[in-house]
Amino acid sequence: MSVREAAPVTVPAHAAPAPTGQLQRSRRSGQWWVPWLFLAPALVLFVYFKFIPMAQAIGMSVQEVRPYLGNTWVGGANYTEILSSEGFRSAAWNTVVLAVGQTFGSMVLGFCLALLVEGQTRKLTFIRSAAFLPVVVPLAVVAELWRIMYHPTGDGLINQLIGLVGLGPSGFINDPHTSLASIAVTGIWRGAPYDMMIFLAGLAGIDRGLYEAATVDGASTWKRILHVTLPGLRPVFAILFVLAAVRGFRTFTEVFLLTNGGPNGSTEVVMTLIYKLGLEQSRLGVGSAGAVLLFAATLVLTVCVQLLRRRRSA
Amino acid sequence: MSAATETALGLTESKGVGARIAKFVIYAGLFTVFAGPLLALLVGSFNHVSDPTQLSVVPKTPTLDNFRIAFDHGVLRYLLNSFFVVGFGLLLQVAVSVLAGYALARKKFPLMTLVMVAILATMMLPEEILALPLTLVLADLPLVHLNLMGTLAGMIVPLGAWAFSILVMTEFMKDVPPELEEAARIDGAGELRIFGQIILPLCKPALGVIGVFGFTMIWDQYLLPLLVAQNSSAYTLPLALRTLRIDQAVTPGVVLAASLLALLPSVLVFLFF
Repeated sequence: MSVREAAPVTVPAHAAPAPTGQLQRSRRSGQWWVPWLFLAPALVLFVYFKFIPMAQAIGMSVQEVRPYLGNTWVGGANYTEILSSEGFRSAAWNTVVLAVGQTFGSMVLGFCLALLVEGQTRKLTFIRSAAFLPVVVPLAVVAELWRIMYHPTGDGLINQLIGLVGLGPSGFINDPHTSLASIAVTGIWRGAPYDMMIFLAGLAGIDRGLYEAATVDGASTWKRILHVTLPGLRPVFAILFVLAAVRGFRTFTEVFLLTNGGPNGSTEVVMTLIYKLGLEQSRLGVGSAGAVLLFAATLVLTVCVQLLRRRRSA
Repeated sequence: MSAATETALGLTESKGVGARIAKFVIYAGLFTVFAGPLLALLVGSFNHVSDPTQLSVVPKTPTLDNFRIAFDHGVLRYLLNSFFVVGFGLLLQVAVSVLAGYALARKKFPLMTLVMVAILATMMLPEEILALPLTLVLADLPLVHLNLMGTLAGMIVPLGAWAFSILVMTEFMKDVPPELEEAARIDGAGELRIFGQIILPLCKPALGVIGVFGFTMIWDQYLLPLLVAQNSSAYTLPLALRTLRIDQAVTPGVVLAASLLALLPSVLVFLFF
């Protein structure tokens, strides 16, 4: 007890000639290895499960991977092969269409929802919670549920509903013409409430005085939304766009469970293609090349949006 | 001033019969579209749904058979697998993030910026893209040469590397006033005591955030468990739904019952936090 209490007092006395900066640092940081000890678990896990796999993906993408025989260097051959293959090109196209459709669909619908359920009443809180439920449901459950609802005959649930307004019956995920759109609708159903919540947070930050001023100046509700609300939400739009687009590029689960790329390859996306190349055909080199390309696309998109935002705000 | 300026649309304040009917229709529509399918799932799991066309929000043939059959098909085991993975995965993730956050927020050391950037950069690496090479790493862990493929441990350990949780902990721990730490140090508290009894108790809100987000993320995982599991004995519940659906002897009602069990934990976490 007394020794411990005395220590901080006696040390400065002994170390009087030493610069106080060093004392400050040794007191604040202790031994040099202490932070590394705290970081060690994280560093080991990140190296093992993020950096080594990433290096391996890049490494395999320039090799022909042959289990038990050793890999051989093939340079850009895997990239050439995958880029020239019809399957990859249509998968890349489907991925972009799906990502764009889901991103914009979720954002537009999410924005409208946010406007409709903005407010403080208890009824609105209930509606908001109910509308948010799809976001917390596991994607696998969403896909299995929609699979049943999309039943292609006239007495499937959604076909019955659209039958009420004289449409259908549609084959939905079983028809190559509507399969991709059906997956997008499922994605929007789960994505829009998420966007809604983010928009609501943005709406709460808009200055009420601006609404008041607009109303006093005789602006209609429509004009108020166009000139006050939308500009106020610009940063929110940018964030949501990047998040949703990156999520869209790596779509796997819902496509795998709803159609697994079918019918007729009409919903094949890059991730399901990589899965098939890697797992079912054991073509790890070509699959890795696809993964690296997908990563590059994600990176380019994020950097572009960041640069655009910088220039806007500068 | 006028109450109409409280929200962008001013819907809450609009009075009159027409406006009320319009609002009721809009909100009923919203509820139907977003909660309706989940209501159908709930009803379907407690009713005989022998083919997809019988899905409905109206209970017609109440029964518990779906759950009985689901349990006959090993759903309990899949559920326990899920709980095992989410329990230990979350524990590992939180422990790793808290320790790393402490070092990054409360210490100054060479290479700190590099470590921070390296960790944050992995947020740009979608796990789906890393999934295939990750399975190769899991099949033969470098240096220790363990094969974790086909085991639940193989699904759990990669969860420890989660940059989002580290970021949240670091930012939160930065805000703890340094005076508290100094005072404890002068009183003779060691590094572990400062970490465990001063900093950590002050970070409960952040622990709640990374706990809830971590739980949702792990519970929703699909591709990695699918690749690691290899055979159905290591399946988590979300993976097992597909197996159940493909089984010709199993009705959609059973799939719905298993789905209900798979969505309940995450919905409960959402409702209570």
